[in-house]
Parts: sequence; structure tokens; C-alpha cells
Amino acid sequence: MKLELGIIKICDMQFGPESKIEGSTVFVNKEELQKIILEDEHLVSCEIDIAKPGESTRIIPVKDVIEPRVKVDGKGGVFPGWMSKVETVGTGRTNVLKGAAVVTTGKIVGFQEGIIDMSGEGAKYTPFSALNNLVLCLEPVEGTLQYAYEKSVRLAGLKAATYLGELAREIEAEEVRTYETPTLIEGIKLYPELPRVGYVLMLQSQGLLHDTYVYGVDIKHSLTTMIFPTETMDGAIISGNCVSACDKNTTYHHLNNPVIEDLFAQHGKTLNFVGVIITNENVYLADKERSSDWSAKLCAFLGLDGVIISQEGFGNPDTDLIMNCKKIEAKGIKTVIITDEYAGRDGASQSLADADVAADAVVTGGNANTVIQLPKMDKIIGHIESVNVIAGGWDGSLRPDGTIEAELQVITGATNEMGFNRFSAR
Amino acid sequence: MIRIVHYINQFYAGKGGEEMANLPPEKIEGFVGPGMAFNAGFKGEAEIVATVYCGDSYFNENEGAVDVVMGLIKEENPDIVICGPAFNAGRYGVACGTVAAAVREQLEIPSITGMYEENPGVDMFKSKTIIVKTRNSAAGMRDAVKSMVPLTLKLAKGEELGTPAAEGYFSTGIRKGLFEEKRGSQRAVDMLLKKLAGEPFETEYPMPQFDRVDPSPAIADLASATIALVTSGGIVPKGNPDHIESSSASRYGKYDIEGVDALSGATEETAHGGYDPVAANLDPNRVLPVDVLRDMEKEGIIGKLHRYYYTTVGNGTAVASAKKYAEAIGKELIADGVQAVILTST
Repeated sequence: MKLELGIIKICDMQFGPESKIEGSTVFVNKEELQKIILEDEHLVSCEIDIAKPGESTRIIPVKDVIEPRVKVDGKGGVFPGWMSKVETVGTGRTNVLKGAAVVTTGKIVGFQEGIIDMSGEGAKYTPFSALNNLVLCLEPVEGTLQYAYEKSVRLAGLKAATYLGELAREIEAEEVRTYETPTLIEGIKLYPELPRVGYVLMLQSQGLLHDTYVYGVDIKHSLTTMIFPTETMDGAIISGNCVSACDKNTTYHHLNNPVIEDLFAQHGKTLNFVGVIITNENVYLADKERSSDWSAKLCAFLGLDGVIISQEGFGNPDTDLIMNCKKIEAKGIKTVIITDEYAGRDGASQSLADADVAADAVVTGGNANTVIQLPKMDKIIGHIESVNVIAGGWDGSLRPDGTIEAELQVITGATNEMGFNRFSAR
Repeated sequence: MIRIVHYINQFYAGKGGEEMANLPPEKIEGFVGPGMAFNAGFKGEAEIVATVYCGDSYFNENEGAVDVVMGLIKEENPDIVICGPAFNAGRYGVACGTVAAAVREQLEIPSITGMYEENPGVDMFKSKTIIVKTRNSAAGMRDAVKSMVPLTLKLAKGEELGTPAAEGYFSTGIRKGLFEEKRGSQRAVDMLLKKLAGEPFETEYPMPQFDRVDPSPAIADLASATIALVTSGGIVPKGNPDHIESSSASRYGKYDIEGVDALSGATEETAHGGYDPVAANLDPNRVLPVDVLRDMEKEGIIGKLHRYYYTTVGNGTAVASAKKYAEAIGKELIADGVQAVILTST
């Protein structure tokens, strides 16, 4: 399966009378987009704002971050199962608005975090401070159930990203990146000497604001399965997931999965990147046992020599992570796991809620309990009062002067377990 | 000029071998034995102003020895204390570790020592001081001094140390944040390639010894037992009066349920930020099953439900914190005559 990504660099975003891309600037007709978003019967208002790198702006609580893309050639369309039919994606060409993103916010449950600071200390920890963000603040019609509200906000983000993506349909990209996965047989013939490497992508699936969807399917109801790496670049996997925001994968992360990118970079050189196994992280023990059995079974079936396993979340999913790791190692397949840590504010506690000697190769995205100080921002988009009750905050986290003292876990994507960042711990 | 006090044993002080191991603590001005190499290594940036020595047997057999040693060190008003290195000498290692830890704790200044990995002092003290990795005998003195000198200067100046692997000391177990050159996924690919090739690689998080607890034996006479409910699912009186955090809880709560037949969405809620709270807020009994326990109490299946329930939030809460709360809660439950606990998580 072969996909080309046409990279269209975006360096600025502005409101304007007509939505269009001119040079490296995206212009957005706010009213037109609002109208599309408010077609949803559950949403009563949609404020749209722009947050640019370096500004004194804080976005909270962030639900999802989505990179605008558009399918310009090949089968299907982006975000299959949501914005397009469910036809298999991952082939042809897709244009990407690199440097732009849609950010959704909405206060859905009592404790819901996710801060993106566009400048200052917090900006260092979130990759989204470097993007031109179109921020949607979405309020529900009174009486809307939380589940319906969550879905509306999730879809609003996809709609806005698709709307922006469409602006790039006719643009010829200057830079084109090509990704190709051969069939199993072709791969063996092409690279008989190279180690066969797979990627086990663990997807959070614990309920409201902890869910992930694949081609429209709630992954908690799926057995462990396989996906071509390029399918993820067309939005086959989307996030419904944002609480304890530091180590949840936004849709942006799925579209730009760094493990997939870095395995492709080595494909045919030092390793043979065979494919991606996706598995869930359900709350029930039987589900954990079944899903990890299936991960190990599929790894063995594919004849893999090595596997990278990325986790999503912490605590309860540590069990899924360790089960996956030790069952795959027990098949004689070497693993590296990517996780993050909850080692206490002083860094002295055991970092994970589960452990096994088989997990002898660990990459960490850092200690999410680390206490950080965030400066006051001139502009707040969303609901700042959330800070005192969010995961990683405490009563008094938000000081009267507008500064914040809280744990790193409040920041969207700060300790991402796909290895998206350079932050780590020793 | 950085002022250093050096702690060594009677042998390195030139006072004799095993036959002199009962020597009580003494102090001399300046440096002696290995101190000479250290002092030369500092090239004028730091100076060993005094050396305190003690027989290894005396130190390990006399409880008050450490206090005497600490008194002698304190008089010198040092900026940092070097102990040993002790290589693979067990009693010397324990002495060096004890002194180095006491220096940090009591004088609140840095300390450093050096040991071979099998020295029992490593496991006892690596979280309490910086222990540089050395060879197993004094033949490794030159190398030990070479690695300890730059670390001593950094510690004395209050500079951040590099990683344990880069600087050659045993991990203190305290996790510290840093920005790597490469992103995590790239490091994972590099690590996997090394692992596949059978080359040495360094894990970023060595797995700890996991604490497994054997369940207690079953209760023989449930009908006369007092059962308590304890949860990490965050059920609290509405409004969360004790402000238990939605993640990384810094406390637990204890709440009276005397005369309460069942919890209700009108009076209780969850403070937990890590799971879908909708169902728990509608019916908190599904996380903390007071209703079922009251039924069992009426039916005589259990003796009674304990008057108080204990609650905290498991979400993002460090294992060390959870352990601390459990110890405190356990003590109270035992004192209150509770025979069994139902622990509910989420």
C-alpha cells in the first residue's frame, strides 16, 4: 500500500471574507464555518478563535487537536467512518496543511483538562504551541447528555479540519513524502536479511473521554487487529480521548504517528517495517487478557523479530502494556515499550502501576507528576476555572494573579507515549 | 575555595589493618592517603581541609560513632563531604554510606562516595547520596578519583548532574526530567535495533522489584465480622469537602455512613478524574457498594458494615502515596476492630 503526502506549509492563519489558502496563509470565513458546525442539533454556540505560536494565549480545556488533510487522489476520503464513507484509505495522495490545526474545547465532564499555552514555560512541553490553531469553543444545548455532547464536539473538530483541508484540494504541493508498505511476501523477498519489525499501537478505550475510533468503530468493541501504517495518515484512527491530557493521543498524533514515521525512515535500510497491530485498553480483566493474547498471536503469525509497543494513558493501562510486553517477549520477539511515569511530585515513587522483568527496554516520556509553573496569559480561550479540579491540578492551582502551579499532566501531549516529544526522565 | 572534609577508615588513614579496626573516630588537618590524589585532582578549585577517620569495626559496632564523626565534620564547616571510596569492603561501605547520608540529612550539604556494585552499601544508600561506581579493590583508586573529582565539584557548586549512566554513578531512584536530543519514537527505534543486534542498550526506566501482597486467609465467620469499604474510586460527599484531587491525590477522606442505607447521586459524587464519571455520579453505590452491604447486614450474611468509609483517587497517584495512605488507613481499621475490607477500584 502506497500513500503520498503533499506537504503544504502553513505559517499564518487569519479570518477573512473568503476561506482560502494564499501562499502559506490560511484565511477562514468564520461565519461560514460556524454555520456548518451549528448544523449539529446538540450545539447551541460555536465561538471560533485563532491562537498562534508565541502569543500570550492559553487554551483550556482542550478536547482534541486535528491536522487538516484532504484526499486528492486515490480511494476513500479522510476520517473514514465519520467525514467519508468507510472505504479503506491509505493509498493515493493526501494533501496536508502542515503547521495548522483545529483545536476543540468544551467542558464536558467535571474534571477535564488539557492546556495548550502558546508561549512561556508550558509551550515547551506541548507540540501544539508551534502550530497555527483554529480553536472552536463549543457549548451544548441545555439538557444535552454528556455522551451526545462529547460526540458533537468530536465531530465538530473533524468537520472543521475537513473544511480547512478542502481548501488545499487544488494546491500542488511543493514537497511530497512517499510511504509504502509491501505485502508480507514482497517484504520478505525485498529484504531477506533485515529484521522484521512491527508496531503494536495501544488505543485507550475506557469509556467517555477515554475512547478511540477506527473507521467509525469504537475500538473497545473490537478484537486486536491490523492496519496498514498509511491508513493512519488518512485519519483511520481518531481520538475521543482527552482526560489526563499529557499522555492521550489526539487525532493529530494519530495522523502524525512518530513511531510509524521513524520506522518508515529505517524501512529497507536497517529493518523491514511489516505493519501495525492495533489493540485496545479496556477496563475488564478478561478483555485485557484476550486483547494481549491476540497482540502476541498476531506478532507471532507475522513472523516478527522485534516490536515497538506504545501505550496510551497510565495506571490501569500499565497492566495492558505489561501483558502485551511479556506475552510478545514470551514468543521470542524482542520488544521496546514507550510509556510515561507517575513517580510522584518528588520523583521518588515507583513509576508504573505494573512491572515485569521482560520489560527490559523502556523509553519514557517523562514524569507526569512533575510540578510546573505557568505564567499568566493575556488571553484565555475556554474555561480557566477548570484548573482547580483537573487531573494534575489541585485546589489553589489557579492563583489570583492568573499564574498556575500544577503537575505536568495538565498539558496536552506533554508526556506522549508514542514518543512524539523529546521530554524524558532518568 | 570549596571546603571539603574527607571521611576514610583506619586503613586508608595509615593507622593499620584489621587489627586496628576498633579505632574510635579521630580527625587530622588536611588530607592523607587517597585524599592526596583527590586534592591534586581539584587543581586548586577545592581543598580537603580535614580528614576524619574511624575503624570499620568500631563504626559498625558502636551506635554513637556516627554522631561523633558528624560532630568532627561539622566543626570544619565544609561545603561537601567525600567518603571513601570503599570499593567492595562491606563494613567500610556501610560506614561511608551512613556518614554520607547523615551529612545530607543533618548538615544539608552534598556528599559523595564510591563503591563496587556488589558492596551492600550500594543498595542501602544509593537513594540517600551519590555513589560513584568503582572497581572491586583499591587497584581501582586512580579511576575512582578520576570519576569522583568532577562530580564532587559539580555537587559542591550546586550544578545539575548528568544521567547516572553518563556520569558513572548509581541511580538514586529519584526520577528527573530532561529534554533528550532525539524524540522518544526515534530512541525506541534505536533501542530496538540494538536489542535485535544483540548489542548493549540502556533502558530509560529499569523495572523495579514489584511489591506483591499475598491475600489474607478467608474470614471463617462472616456473620459476625465487621466489614469496611475502602475505595480508590473517589466517591466523596457531594462538593468534595476535603478537596481530594481528581488526579495525583495528596490525601484520603474518611466519611461517616452511620444510618445511611444507600449512597445517592444527591449526596455523593466521584472526585476521580480518570474514568467516565456519568454512571458513578448517578449511582455512587456502583463504586462504593453501601447498598449491597446494608442488605447483607440485614440478612445476617455479614456482622456489620463499618461506620466509616475511606476514599481516595487512584488516578495518577504515585505508588508511594497510595502505600502511605493504606498504612494509615489499615492502622485505624485494625484499631477499630474491623476484620475485613472490601477494596473497590475503577
